[in-house]
Amino acid sequence: MHVTLRRVRFTAAVTAAATPRPRQVSDEPTRIDRIFGFVTTGAGMTVFVLLGLVGLFLLLRSREAFDVAGWSFFTRVEWRSDTSPPEIGVLGLLTGTVIVAAIAVVVAVPLGTCTALFITDYASARVRGPLTGLVDLLAAIPSLLYGIWGFFVFGAQVVPLSKFLTRHLGWIPIFATEEEAVFTGSMFIAGLVVSLMVLPIIAAVSREVFSQTPQGEKEAALALGGTRWGMIRQVVLPYGKGGIIGGSMLGLGRALGETIAVYMLLPQVPKLTIRILENGGATISGFIARRAGNDQEIPGLMAAGLVLFLLTLATNMLASVIISRSRSGAGIDA
Amino acid sequence: MTTIDPSPTGAFDGIDPFATTRTGAVAVDGDQPSGEAPPRLVGGPPPGSATIETHDLCAWFGDRLVLEGVDLVMPAGEVTALIGPSGCGKSTYLRMLNRMHELVTTASLSGEVLLDGEDIYRAGIRAQEVRIRVGMVFQKPNPFPAMSIRENVLSGLKLARLRCDDRDGLIEWALRRASLWNEVRDRLDQPGGALSGGQQQRLCIARALAVQPNVLLMDEPCSALDPTSTLRIEDTIAELRDEVTVVIVTHNMQQAHRVSDRCAFFLAEENQPGHVVEHGPTAKMFEHPDDPRTLDYVQGRFG
Repeated sequence: MHVTLRRVRFTAAVTAAATPRPRQVSDEPTRIDRIFGFVTTGAGMTVFVLLGLVGLFLLLRSREAFDVAGWSFFTRVEWRSDTSPPEIGVLGLLTGTVIVAAIAVVVAVPLGTCTALFITDYASARVRGPLTGLVDLLAAIPSLLYGIWGFFVFGAQVVPLSKFLTRHLGWIPIFATEEEAVFTGSMFIAGLVVSLMVLPIIAAVSREVFSQTPQGEKEAALALGGTRWGMIRQVVLPYGKGGIIGGSMLGLGRALGETIAVYMLLPQVPKLTIRILENGGATISGFIARRAGNDQEIPGLMAAGLVLFLLTLATNMLASVIISRSRSGAGIDA
Repeated sequence: MTTIDPSPTGAFDGIDPFATTRTGAVAVDGDQPSGEAPPRLVGGPPPGSATIETHDLCAWFGDRLVLEGVDLVMPAGEVTALIGPSGCGKSTYLRMLNRMHELVTTASLSGEVLLDGEDIYRAGIRAQEVRIRVGMVFQKPNPFPAMSIRENVLSGLKLARLRCDDRDGLIEWALRRASLWNEVRDRLDQPGGALSGGQQQRLCIARALAVQPNVLLMDEPCSALDPTSTLRIEDTIAELRDEVTVVIVTHNMQQAHRVSDRCAFFLAEENQPGHVVEHGPTAKMFEHPDDPRTLDYVQGRFG
């Protein structure tokens, strides 16, 4: 090897005295590597192809609706398909979707982050394992069950809280209600139920980044006389910031697309309102689920679906960018 | 039961072949500490160095006894080096002196650790209070990477909830003490993680000193550093001995020889818990120790 290298350098010196040129180095993969590389590349590409096909499908099927409604599709609140031409718009659905998801994330982020901190930094080893499993189990409960529970049990329990909020904080627009308002079937209740459904993903991502906090930095904080809370605030949370933000975005992506529970919990009548405590509200996915049986409505629903598809896609991509750019999230798959 | 001979020694000055070099390096750098008293901390440790001693200290991880019956006195204002091969319990011992040992869930201990005569494990005393008085520098430099140099130095105040009216004075004092001031005085707002390894370690020393502890524990502080940085840190240790008791774990015999007033030699025979073979003034430990194993070890014949 040594000899060869010297000879190469010598030849190069003779032929091209002034400018050394980089050599082309090639490596012949073995047969098994070629096959395996082919298989994995194929699997990876499948994801892109599927994503593209879904987007294309939605685009093609919704063209009819866009042709009829034009840009008003994005500015109209009501959804009337019985008129001719149909007057359909996604704005009412879109605001409902975003509000419910926002409530879910606002509630789930502190809860999920604290759950993760308890698991990584407070719980004893005996509690840690089972609790981790239980939190993950929350994600395994079918959303239909969340919906039923929310409809028959939880919703009624929240009503006193809703009344309390509107009585004392009613001057804040989102907590305002009409006289004689009905408090069940509100976006607040739907958001709370969805928050339980996105809690596991937020807790899981946060737990993963918190557990990767460098031990040396944690010990440094404690050795300086820090309390455990001080250590968490100065070391763990700054380190896990990217993970918390990314996990929240992933949760948001899920909350935006959540269907069955919201379908059951909201009246699904498009309406432009920010009053979250009173009955009313609709989300894209819940609305599609409710109307999907009606053939004439399909193009319009597809168009609404396309909007949701792009929204969740953007949210999730933003989430993975944030996670992978943060110091803590470099090793996390999202 | 053995007790250390508490006679103060001047051994360090007499035998250190590097003494001139080191003094020269410091003089060129002009980083010598002003010798001024540090800015006062509200709620901080009592001023000055403290004697730390252990009586019959044993340590377990789970059911395994890793360290047995250590009786040592580390007198105030002196540098004590803990030497011995890997796995003999030096670091475990060190971590018991500021209650870091108990952070390992399976860890337990028996015996006493007295800080100026007061047992740091007695009921009613918080681990935090102990750690404010007994600071620590770790093997791997661990500055808080997202914080600036300034914030790193002050982080102990925030963590330990101490107040200081002269923060800038404290920063300069601590950084001068750690021989880092001249290198970073113009970029205190840059992140601590951007410094070189040796500078990071000196930043960690400054951070530990800013709390003004009575004892400073150092767990192989130079093992990740190049020889130049190592000498800088040794200079720092030499300058610190007046105001803080230093206990240093090191695998580097020359380093132990250079920096310490006293030495304790730890050893663990195969499948046996670690224990102290011998301890005493550094000069004696290196020149005519009582135990032949000590001589073998300090001369590099085993370990």
